[in-house]
Amino acid sequence: MAILFIAQRVTAFVLAAAVAVHLGTILYAVRGGLMAAEILARTHGNMQFALFYAVFVIAVAIHAPIGLRNIFREWTQWGGRPLDAVLAAFSLLLVFLGMRAVFAVYGV
Amino acid sequence: MREVLGVDVWRGTEQGAFQAFAIPRRQHQTVLDVVTEIQREHDATLSYRFACRVGMCGSCAMVVNGRPRWTCRTRVNEVVSDDERLRLEPLRNFAVVKDLAVEMTQFFDKWEAAHGYFEPGPQPEKDFAVVPPDTKKRQFANAGIECIGCGVCYSACDVVSWDRGYLGPAALNRAWTLVNDIRDRGQRERLDAVSDNNGCQACHTHMSCTRFCPKGIEPTYAIAGLKRAMFRWSAG
Amino acid sequence: MRASHSHRGFVAAMLHRLSGIALAVFLPMHFLALATALNGADALDKFLAITHQPLLEFFEVSIVVALAIHLTLGLRVLAVEFFDFRERTLAAVSICLAAVFAVGLLFVLNLAER
Repeated sequence: MAILFIAQRVTAFVLAAAVAVHLGTILYAVRGGLMAAEILARTHGNMQFALFYAVFVIAVAIHAPIGLRNIFREWTQWGGRPLDAVLAAFSLLLVFLGMRAVFAVYGV
Repeated sequence: MREVLGVDVWRGTEQGAFQAFAIPRRQHQTVLDVVTEIQREHDATLSYRFACRVGMCGSCAMVVNGRPRWTCRTRVNEVVSDDERLRLEPLRNFAVVKDLAVEMTQFFDKWEAAHGYFEPGPQPEKDFAVVPPDTKKRQFANAGIECIGCGVCYSACDVVSWDRGYLGPAALNRAWTLVNDIRDRGQRERLDAVSDNNGCQACHTHMSCTRFCPKGIEPTYAIAGLKRAMFRWSAG
Repeated sequence: MRASHSHRGFVAAMLHRLSGIALAVFLPMHFLALATALNGADALDKFLAITHQPLLEFFEVSIVVALAIHLTLGLRVLAVEFFDFRERTLAAVSICLAAVFAVGLLFVLNLAER
C-alpha cells in the first residue's frame, strides 16, 4: 500500500530533524555521566521539550512498525493481516509508553 | 598463467549438482569461450544460451563466480586469479529450464504488469510530437531506453529474491522511461501499476541492479523517479 | 558474504536495516526506563545507577551508534529518492560512516569525563 510508504518517508523527514536534535542533546547532556537530577532539571515543566518529544514519539510510532513490516514480509514467512494487526498493536504500545515517558519527565 | 582452468558448471534444474571440467587456459578467453568449449568438446548435453557473442543481445547472461554478468563480455582473467576455479550457475531469481538456461517468461510478464509498453491513446495525434533532446524528461528517458532485457539486474536484486511479486528493476526502469515520454497517453494507469505493493516502493536502494547492469543503466535512480512521481500524484 | 553482495549499497542497506531493528527493540525499554521518573527523581537515579557498569555502558554506546547509523544512512536513502542524489563515488557511504564514528567517539568521551 502506497500510503504506508508515504507515511514512512514523511515521518523519516520529521525524524531526521528530531534525531539530529536528540543526538545533539544527548551528546551535550551526557557529559560527566548520566544523572537523573540533571535530566529532570531540564525537562521538568518544560512545555517545549514535552511538545518536541510528543511529536517525536508519534513519528517513531508510525515509522518503526512500517519498517518492521517490510523486514518481516521479506525475511520471514509471516505476512498479511495477522502481521499488520500485531504491528498496529506495537505502534499503539509505542505511543502509550512514549507519552507516558514524556509525562514522566515533564513532571505530571 | 596456469595451463588448466578448473570449471564447475551447474547441471540440472533447481535440483542438481555442479559438474567439474578441466579446460585449457588461453590468453584472452572469455567465459563464453569456456562454456562453448565444454559443450562442444566435453559434454554435448550441457544447455546454455548465447547469440551475438559481442555484447549486444544479453542472451548469455549467467552467474559467474557469484556475480551476474554476460559471459561473452567477461574475460576469464578478470574473474579468476591463478588458483581459483570458475563457477557457472544460471541467473538467480529465475526458474531454471536446464543447466544454465533460465525461464524468462515471468520476467517479461512483470514488464507488462508494470505497463512497460507505449500507450498511444485512442486517437492518432494530428501532428508529430516535438521532443527536444535536451529536456529533462527526454534525458531521463534516454538514460534508460537501452535496456535489452538481459535479466542481470533482476538476478542481482535482493528484493526480487525476498518478494517474488516484486516487479523488479528492469520492468520499473522501462516504466520510468515511458513516464518520461511526453507522447504516451497511459500515464495514470502506469503510475497505478507501479505504485502498489509490488511496485517501486519495495525497492530499498541496495543498488545491486545499478552495480551489475552491463549497459551502465541505473535502475535505482529510475525507481527513485517513480517514487517521486507516486508522491506527487498522491499529493494531488 | 555472497560475491554479488560485496558492494557498498548492499552493506549500507544491511547496516540501515539491522540498526533499525536494534532501535525498535530498544525503544520500549527506553520509554520504560524514563517512565521510572514517575516515581520521582530517585527512582530514575536508581535505574541509571544500574547502567554505570561497563557492559551496559557498551550497550548504550552501541545504541547511540545504531541511531547515528540509521540516521545517516536514512538520509542517504532520502537523498537518492527525493533529491535525485547520484552516488558516484565511495564518498557517500563513507562519509555517513565517518560521521557515525565521530558521534560514537564523542559519546564515549563525554560519558567518561568526570
